[in-house]
Parts: sequence; C-alpha cells; structure tokens
Amino acid sequence: MITTIISIITAVLIFAGALLTLVASIGVLRLPDVYTRSHAASKSATLGIMFILLGACLYFFQKEGIFNSRLILAIAFIFLTSPVAGQLIIRSAYNRNIPMTDMTIRDDLKTAKMKSTDLE
Amino acid sequence: MAFQLLLNFLISFIWMFLKSSFAPDTFLIGYIIGLLLIFVTRRFFPTKFYLIQLLAILKLLWIFIKELIIANVAVLKIILQPKLAVTPGIFAMKTVLTKDWEITVLCNLITLTPGTLVLDISEDNSTLYIHAMDISDKEATITSIRNSFEKAILEVSN
Repeated sequence: MITTIISIITAVLIFAGALLTLVASIGVLRLPDVYTRSHAASKSATLGIMFILLGACLYFFQKEGIFNSRLILAIAFIFLTSPVAGQLIIRSAYNRNIPMTDMTIRDDLKTAKMKSTDLE
Repeated sequence: MAFQLLLNFLISFIWMFLKSSFAPDTFLIGYIIGLLLIFVTRRFFPTKFYLIQLLAILKLLWIFIKELIIANVAVLKIILQPKLAVTPGIFAMKTVLTKDWEITVLCNLITLTPGTLVLDISEDNSTLYIHAMDISDKEATITSIRNSFEKAILEVSN
C-alpha cells in the first residue's frame, strides 16, 4: 500500500518536473526579450529540476532502501544558486545596454543612472 | 543566537560527562535540559531566546517554498496563454534592511516571487531595482508582499 503511494508520488513529481522544464523552454522561445526570458528560466527551471531530483531521491529510497543525501544537497544548491544566476545575467545584460522589448512601460533604473552621471 | 546554541551544546556535553555515558540519547536529554536552563536564564542574554529565531528561520524557509510554487504557476499561466500580454518594466523599491546577508536573502525571495526579478542594487544598499513582468496593476500588491518578506527577515535578525 505504502509502496504504491510512494511510487505514485514519485511519478507525479518527475512528471511535474519535466512539465515545468518544458514550459520554461517554451517560455524562453516565446517571450520577447532577455529580461522576460530570464523570468521563465530562473523560476520554472529551478522548480522543475528540484522536483525531478526529489522524485529520484524518493525512487531510490523506495526501490533500494538507500537514502541518497547528495540529491537533497543538490536541491539546496540549485535552490540557492539559480536565482542569483538569473539576477547576474540580466544585470550584465542591462549594463551592456541590451534593449528591452517595446512593451516596456517604465524604467526607474535609467533615470537613477542618468541622475548619477549628471552629478559627476 | 550562535552563542546560545553553542552554550546549549556545552551543557549537553557536560551532562554526558556527568552521566559518563556517550550515547546519542544521553546527548539529547542533556540538550533538552540545556534548553530549559537557557529558557530560565533568558533575560541575561542580550538577544532573544534562540528557539524563537529558529522558528522565524523555519517560517522564512516555508515562505520561500510557497512563493516558488506560486511563482511557477504564475509564469506557467503567462507563457501558456495564447496571446502574450506582458507589460514589463523596472521599478525602484526602498528597503529598510541594512545588513548584507539580509539584502541577499530579500533579493533571492523577490527573484523567486511571481513576476519579479532583481536587476540591480544601488551603491548605498538602500534601493532595489526590480524588473517586473506585469507592472500595470501589480505594484501595490507586490509592495504588500514585499513588506511581509521584509518583516519575516527582520524577525530573524533581531
């Protein structure tokens, strides 16, 4: 009984993870500029990979009775590093003056930067 | 917090030496006794009783996971709708947090919330520049969420 429940949870986790990763890649194709693409890549891909790793951890725990702590560590590392990576990528894109999509309606950072150059 | 935790470990080691048994359960009993002792003498410490901070950290972790799932559902909705209706923009947000680690945690939280991504932090650590997927009507709600995050982080730090 419990084995069935655990296998169902494992299957759902791995399927959800694969689905989220697929949606993230569709997002990278569909969204208009670097910044919005980074939204999709830094959120959906993170949770997708976390779900897949959790599913793998549960699978080996149930099938072979091994609790692989490395997978849990990997989940923690991805959780901590992936948002920072997204942040750094869009920050360097902004500093290289990569244009934003035409739909953009507001840019506070530009005004702040212009102010600071005026002061110099 | 770190000092109280260290003191708690010290008390449980002393308990182990008093019992002259070095089993994990003796350590656990000593730890509980140390917890009680620190709770009784809590007004001699400059900081709060450390279990409160531990609970605040757990709450922060829970917020992290909850926000990650909400954000993913939001991104899913935006990507899979047939006509792409995004109005991206960058807005500035003042923060009351001062320490470096607090700002880092806040940035990570904001990055994982629906439709926002931290783009830059001003030189004096007082303003965050955030790229939002839908800037039109979200700003008020985003600010309210932000206040709850800031509050949760402040609870941990003092």
